[in-house]
Amino acid sequence: MGQIQLNQVSKSFGKVEVIPPLDLTIEDGEFVVFVGPSGCGKSTLLRLIAGLEDVSGGHVLIDGRDATETVPARRGLAMVFQSYALYPHMSVRKNIAFPLRMAGMDKAEQDRRVENAASVLNLTDYLDRRPGQLSGGQRQRVAIGRAIVREPAAFLFDEPLSNLDAALRVGMRLEISELHKRLKTTMIYVTHDQVEAMTMADKIVVLQAGVIEQVGSPLELYQRPRNVFVAGFIGSPKMNLISGAEAAKHDAATIGIRPEHIEISQSEGTWKGTVGVSEHLGSDTFFHVQCNASSEPITVRATGELALHYGAEVWLTPRPEHLHRFDDKGLRIA
Amino acid sequence: MATQHSRSAARLMMAPAVVLLLGWMLIPLSMTVFFSFKKFLPMRGDSMANGLDWVGFDNYARFISSSAFWPSVQATLVLVGGVLLVTIVLGVALAMLLDQPMWGQGVVRILVIAPFFVMPTVSALVWKNLFMDPVNGFFAHVWRSVGATPIEWLSQASLPSLVLIVSWQWLPFATLILLTAFQSLDQEQLEAAEMDGARWPQRFVFIVLPHLSRAITVVLLIQTIFLLSIFAEIFVTTQGSFGTKTLTYLIYQRVLESQNVGLGSAGGVYAIILANIVAIFLMRIVGKNLDA
Repeated sequence: MGQIQLNQVSKSFGKVEVIPPLDLTIEDGEFVVFVGPSGCGKSTLLRLIAGLEDVSGGHVLIDGRDATETVPARRGLAMVFQSYALYPHMSVRKNIAFPLRMAGMDKAEQDRRVENAASVLNLTDYLDRRPGQLSGGQRQRVAIGRAIVREPAAFLFDEPLSNLDAALRVGMRLEISELHKRLKTTMIYVTHDQVEAMTMADKIVVLQAGVIEQVGSPLELYQRPRNVFVAGFIGSPKMNLISGAEAAKHDAATIGIRPEHIEISQSEGTWKGTVGVSEHLGSDTFFHVQCNASSEPITVRATGELALHYGAEVWLTPRPEHLHRFDDKGLRIA
Repeated sequence: MATQHSRSAARLMMAPAVVLLLGWMLIPLSMTVFFSFKKFLPMRGDSMANGLDWVGFDNYARFISSSAFWPSVQATLVLVGGVLLVTIVLGVALAMLLDQPMWGQGVVRILVIAPFFVMPTVSALVWKNLFMDPVNGFFAHVWRSVGATPIEWLSQASLPSLVLIVSWQWLPFATLILLTAFQSLDQEQLEAAEMDGARWPQRFVFIVLPHLSRAITVVLLIQTIFLLSIFAEIFVTTQGSFGTKTLTYLIYQRVLESQNVGLGSAGGVYAIILANIVAIFLMRIVGKNLDA
């Protein structure tokens, strides 16, 4: 079981309110990702759930019980830290067994669980090494191992992949997703990387300045962003946001259109522009096109075959059914 | 560029310093070894000019068999061990306190370091006359104010008093080294241990102490080397009486009070051997720390 509920939870450091009162429910077994730019309070929110920070107001409920005053160890949550926070003087085996040892579990049961976790995480050959002798990915797995032996109600991940190189990050991303599928335990995952958020989450919570901007499934957020911030934050490359006269034509303060929803043509279209930088990814090419319609260059996705040289004159046509409209407060117009 | 020429020039320019240092060390050392094999009692007319009698290992045997030797070894061990214990335990505690964010941290840290800058003779005199004097000392006033009879610190509790004085001087050193070790402790490790269910004493034993172990060893060894040669504090307080005669002080008494240069030199050679054993351990550990 691992349902977590936040009721009007807030946090201030001195006079600075980093998280105004917010409500959030995380269902049992869900993979929830907190995503937002750095300094948006997502790590603080995770630490409030873990109990490493005290809430300034409101209540944290775990499985329906008020855990606001409960010490971190008794909340039944396990955390994986950004720095892994392995104990450098202990072997991998002792690291993984540490929470069990602290719980006073008997030695045989400790060994059984450690062996079990090690085989799940492919760490069996490394059990007698020190963390200093392991690679980044292996350390990451030890940190996860230390979390799973406790059989917690929920896992908390604090930017666990940000210290790994790009290739390893993709691998670990898959491993964590698989682990979730297998264990079916609630996981809360904090990241600033929206690719991680999109690929792993059942539910994404987008945060900005401690405020929840939108909660929803990855595709929901992608297809129906609630406001301009979410529209600009989710998706890579970013959604093109155009305000001013062009937006007014659509009765909106701002309009947004994703790069893949624009047709590019060399003969005709709605907006005329000149090609700036083009980014060739092989499968796709992203063109940055300078148009009169927008002050910022518009990003357009085209197939990898299309070759346009710098300064070429092109016409862009947004597909009207994919146009997002936002009012002057930045909220979506239905 | 290190050509043959510039290298020999470098050697030439370093030569005065090397010669000076070698002379500074080698001449006294070889003279000590030389005297330790001779009968040399200046008050009885022995002198270098008249030639000294070779006595073999007589001085070494006599130094060890003297009734003052084993008590002096014991006093040395108690003094060094006591100071190490006090400075490391209090050093860990103080370092932990100083590591907390607090108002006036800079000033407090300077105050904590201050005793290290006081000369040993001065600090021992201050302790002796201002704190431990059984009539006018601060402690005597405290004792009287609660109706107790003041303790005659330096005669009734002579070794503990010396441990107190020397610890006061060396506490800043231990605190400073341990404070830097504390500052390099990853806070996430402590938080992880907290999540793992370790209470504060367990976090201290399983996370903090292992992290400090290297710093503690360095403090232990460096202090041992300096504490073995403690002299001024004993000289200005008890003059070696009341069981405070350490090995260093015994050597001093043999040479200058008994005017037996040969016997004192033999003691000096024992002290050199002892200090070198500690030094070998120290260099190994420092070397290991540099490797890691």
